[in-house]
Amino acid sequence: MSGAIGLASRVGSRGRSGGRLADRVGDGVLYGLCMLASLLAVLAIGAIAYQVIHGASLAISRFGVGFLTHTTWEPNFGIFGAGAFLYGTAVTSFIALLLAVPIGVSIALYLSMVAPRRVRSVIGPLVEMLAAIPSVILGFWGILVLAPFLQAHLEPFLHRLLGFLPIFGTTPTTGTGLFIASLILTIMVVPIIASVSRDLFLTVPQELQDGATALGATRWEVLRGVVIPSAASGVIASAFLGLGRALGEAIAVTQVIGAGNLIHASLFQPGDTLASRIADQYPGATTSLFIASLFYLGLILLVIGLLANIAAQVIGRRFDVRRVLAR
Amino acid sequence: MSEPPGAPRETTDTTGLAAQPAAQERDAFGQLSTGLSDLSGPLTPTGHLRRRQLVSRLVEGSQTAAALLAVGVLAIVVYSVASRAASVLSVGFLTKDPPAFIGEAGGGIAPAIVGTAVIVAVATAIAMPMGILVALYLTEFAGLRVRSAVRLALDLLNGVPTIVVGLFVFGLLVVGHHQSGFAGSFALAIIMLPLIARATQEVLLLVPPSLREAADALGVSRWRTVLGVVLPTARGGILTATVLAVARAAGETAPLILTTSFFANAVSANPFGGKALPNIPTYIFIASESADPYGFARAWGAAFVLLTFILLASLGARALSQRHAMLPG
Repeated sequence: MSGAIGLASRVGSRGRSGGRLADRVGDGVLYGLCMLASLLAVLAIGAIAYQVIHGASLAISRFGVGFLTHTTWEPNFGIFGAGAFLYGTAVTSFIALLLAVPIGVSIALYLSMVAPRRVRSVIGPLVEMLAAIPSVILGFWGILVLAPFLQAHLEPFLHRLLGFLPIFGTTPTTGTGLFIASLILTIMVVPIIASVSRDLFLTVPQELQDGATALGATRWEVLRGVVIPSAASGVIASAFLGLGRALGEAIAVTQVIGAGNLIHASLFQPGDTLASRIADQYPGATTSLFIASLFYLGLILLVIGLLANIAAQVIGRRFDVRRVLAR
Repeated sequence: MSEPPGAPRETTDTTGLAAQPAAQERDAFGQLSTGLSDLSGPLTPTGHLRRRQLVSRLVEGSQTAAALLAVGVLAIVVYSVASRAASVLSVGFLTKDPPAFIGEAGGGIAPAIVGTAVIVAVATAIAMPMGILVALYLTEFAGLRVRSAVRLALDLLNGVPTIVVGLFVFGLLVVGHHQSGFAGSFALAIIMLPLIARATQEVLLLVPPSLREAADALGVSRWRTVLGVVLPTARGGILTATVLAVARAAGETAPLILTTSFFANAVSANPFGGKALPNIPTYIFIASESADPYGFARAWGAAFVLLTFILLASLGARALSQRHAMLPG
């Protein structure tokens, strides 16, 4: 196909070289515009990195790399450290993935293999709509509907049942905290993993599945032995895409996590993530060091967010996972 | 199908033994061995096979449950928003300003609706042409290496956390100046650009090569081919991509917090006025951080308006893509 086009365009361009002025100008303008737009898109990444580093420079020179491990955040004394927020980001994203990967993959298998065609065409779009809910609405719902429910029912239950574990170790107080933040992130990540994995499972050749069935494998054995292994790297890549989303989510987390400065072992305590701290404290940031420290948080976030996405690209390069999400 | 002597036998599971004596001969293909010895009886799985099928069914059940869970969460969220918004929704809610003081009932969210419309429209006006141009560059002009570089840049841009996009625009346009609707639009455009570009690229790749070849054979120049053949063929898909990007951008909050959040509660439609434009996402966010029950009620109403728009837009985009059949799925 590309060969044919290549030949055709070469022939075309020879014909064009003596063509009308308007065509030569038109071709040049179109090429120039396309190239300019692409150049701007490439430059945007560099500009974002530069601007964030530039904004953070004051905090970088003041705190250095120690900012990453320092857990004190005292704006009134000009002391800033990202340790507690790195912890909050890691814990909430980890729990979100822990819940979202099995749920998302199950939904993907259901939608691609198990469900009847009619059911698929209803539930598939509904799952994608879950991803379309704006984070601010999910967070608002989280704080006014989900948090009271967790406080009254689920958290006391977990505390009674598994209170010997430090993560459920304190009695629930307000319903806000790391736990609900993880749940809200789970709701955001599940549709990503589900829709990417579903499209990957659909590409597994039917002959392989038929072969396994003919050998006497049950449906689940076909899924476990054939379908999941042949799309495994893509599924892992989708998990990294979900991780990128969870790490960078600012608004919904800010609304439900309770803006705590300290590291707590218990999930029922308030905390903060890198992204939520920026959204939370930006309006009150008055000193230049304060603002620079928020930019420093943004810089850390940019680096780990891009790393998660690059990991997704590299692991899933056989599948072009981004393509699925761009739709 | 008799087993050779010394072959491993399933001995632990005795389910089904009593009913069918022949099942003693069973193996992984228990169905066959029972069938051979009792041809008249119905073929029922026993023992090991029965357990495997049970596991299979349990797993299928849990997969169905997972799908229902996701749909259930969607239903609960939508129902929560709709039922709590019902008390404030009226025509006045869409056309009035919010009350001047915190803690007052009534009023509407007209400034936020107008502001969001303006901000998203300007963002689309920036991102849509740029996204199409980038997609055209990828499919029409770029060589293999340049193409992969641009695509990598788009994917990375898509992976930048939106709050960092907000910080970028804050540093670029707001520091030393003021918040403005345009700064918000600019941030949203950065978020929309990779979405539109990648999806448009996919659609352009689906334009049949024979159309291009026909145009080439007629001696039509490249730019006329693109404007007259390629883009019109891909129109439906490009529109779908744009609508999806608009739906995504309309609900983005993080970049707007940093670029257009300190606003007065009056209708303004000028994104370049050097003043922050009110907008729905930020309005909900601010209300959720305060403790004003009337503010909550208005925020539920605002959430309903936003959610309705976004869900309708994505439904519309889906219907559009099915009609034009240019986007798979």
